[in-house]
Amino acid sequence: MAAKIIAKEVRKIYDTPQGEVIALQHFDLEVEEGEFVCIVGPSGCGKSTFLRILAGLEDQTAGQVTIIPGKEPGKPLNNVVFQEYAIFPWKTVIDNVAFGLEMHGMPKQKRLQIARRWLERVGLGRFAQYYPHQISGGMKQRVSIARALANDPEVLLMDEPLGALDAQTRAVLQEELLRIWEETRKTVVYITHSIEEAVLLGDRVFLMTAHPGVNKATFDVDIPRPRTLATQSSREFRQLTLAIWELLKDEVMRAMEAQR
Amino acid sequence: MKKQISWQTLALILASLVLFNGVMLFAHLWQNHWWLGVAVNAALLVALVEYVGRWIPGRFQRIYDLVLAIGFPILLLLVWETMARNNILNPRWFPPPSRIAVALWQLSTQVDKFSHTSLWGRPWLIPQRFLSQGWPGVVALFAEGHVWVTLMRVFVGFVLGAIPGIFVGMLMGMNRTIRTMLDTTMSAVYVLPKIAIFPIVMLMFANPFGEGPKIAVVAISAFFLVAINTMTGVRDIDPVYIQAARNYGANRWQLFRHVIFPGALPVIFAGMRLALGTALIVIVAIEFIRAKKGVGFLTFYYWEVMVTEKMYAGLFVIMFLGVILTYGLQRLERRIMPWR
Ligand SMILES: Nc1ncnc2c1ncn2[C@@H]1O[C@H](COP(=O)(O)OP(=O)(O)OP(=O)(O)O)[C@@H](O)[C@H]1O
Ligand SMILES: [Mg+2]
Repeated sequence: MAAKIIAKEVRKIYDTPQGEVIALQHFDLEVEEGEFVCIVGPSGCGKSTFLRILAGLEDQTAGQVTIIPGKEPGKPLNNVVFQEYAIFPWKTVIDNVAFGLEMHGMPKQKRLQIARRWLERVGLGRFAQYYPHQISGGMKQRVSIARALANDPEVLLMDEPLGALDAQTRAVLQEELLRIWEETRKTVVYITHSIEEAVLLGDRVFLMTAHPGVNKATFDVDIPRPRTLATQSSREFRQLTLAIWELLKDEVMRAMEAQR
Repeated sequence: MKKQISWQTLALILASLVLFNGVMLFAHLWQNHWWLGVAVNAALLVALVEYVGRWIPGRFQRIYDLVLAIGFPILLLLVWETMARNNILNPRWFPPPSRIAVALWQLSTQVDKFSHTSLWGRPWLIPQRFLSQGWPGVVALFAEGHVWVTLMRVFVGFVLGAIPGIFVGMLMGMNRTIRTMLDTTMSAVYVLPKIAIFPIVMLMFANPFGEGPKIAVVAISAFFLVAINTMTGVRDIDPVYIQAARNYGANRWQLFRHVIFPGALPVIFAGMRLALGTALIVIVAIEFIRAKKGVGFLTFYYWEVMVTEKMYAGLFVIMFLGVILTYGLQRLERRIMPWR
């Protein structure tokens, strides 16, 4: 397997009126092609910052971040599923999903056809002509996921996509993500604050330290696929989440101390 | 979900209304305690309307709202009518609405001596004019009416101000340097009453008494309101939308067309609503002081010659224009922004 994402010694310093904020320090990460990697860490440790750097939406202060292009020319390198959905309120559901394709100049008929197929796959076929304010939060996040998948990027970057949803909706979407990922096998970097979610979805779990973010430990998730929600009741699942929690606990404590 | 009717409460409210007004009337309290009468009657009226409103089933709620919205001004007019007829209000300064209506009819159907046209022009000449001069003749017939003159000034001025306003506001919203350079100046000029620059604007035109300066002042008023609101609209767009657009490969033009413009549109429209209202205010003020045509001119003229019912007729036409223009803009807003 070839490496798809390489991040070495990444550092990010925000220059604010209150002084410099070190968001990331000595951050290393390597993701292989077709791998599903989860990043877990206490709030404010720089997870979103790293993802934005990876997506090219922000520049790192120092270090190297690369996504290695695939063989297909013209394929977008990465697309982000944002923490805040970020689907456009002024576009219908289907136009939102077709957005990336439209930006690349795909003709209308073709892009709507692809968008419709992805809407069907996330169970929103009936809502194609709705506007975002007419659908629920869970549906909005599905639109956001469909928008990224329809654009078919080399790498999918997801920033706590299910963080704002209620427990039931989250469970349903987790299963959907598992199913879709097992069909597409895309390279995914997935940020979450839930250890259970990370272990359920990921091939590997990266643990980040509190402020400034450094990667503290990596766990391989050897639970066989296909996984379902029932996987969560297996013994190896519980052992792994517990082990991660033991390490994360200190960091959360430290983060809370620091915020006081 | 209909609530139980309580006839007792309803009867109580009605009885209070009758009783209170009876006492006020027979004890001659209106003369010196009219404020008390107005306050109590208003309170009882609201109580009555709200109580009745509770029994209105949901599907008739909108009709009921409409009845209230139209019924209240009619009630006010009725009160005015009675008071003017009974000399409680001096009919010389506050002629009863029925006489204002007659004046409005006269203004619409008769030409006045000084402008040789009516409020709406002389539509009764249309067939004859069409036969002799064709379409241009018909257009000229319309253009001479006071209402159309005012509307034309408002509309042309508004469009001439709003379009550059949107353009400059966009630039200010998107470019920090332009914003920093223009912001103070814009805020300073914005508060200036635009009517105050009318004399100067007159001097800038070859024909100071023509349409040019009037339209220009309307345009200037609209420009600042629209520009400032457009800038706010652009700046208030959540940066996450811009990040998303960039992440999905939008170039500069696409970013503008798919994110910044639609994202700012609600605030742009808010600005245009303000600008349209202001345009009407400004044009009426200008027509008061310097114009030979227009509803504002007509209103002020009849004030000067003390034909107050015609003056009021003019005021009502101005209010009517305001309502129509705002309604039109709202319709446009719903057409252009179906996502709201
Ligand atoms: N634009 C910015 N300017 C200044 N500081 C910033 C900026 N963005 C983030 N930070 C700081 O960088 C640190 C990391 O922020 P980041 O959003 O990456 O955290 P996070 O791990 O995603 O947190 P959460 O789990 O709450 O989303 C925080 O201390 C934050 O205050
Ligand atoms: Mg975050």
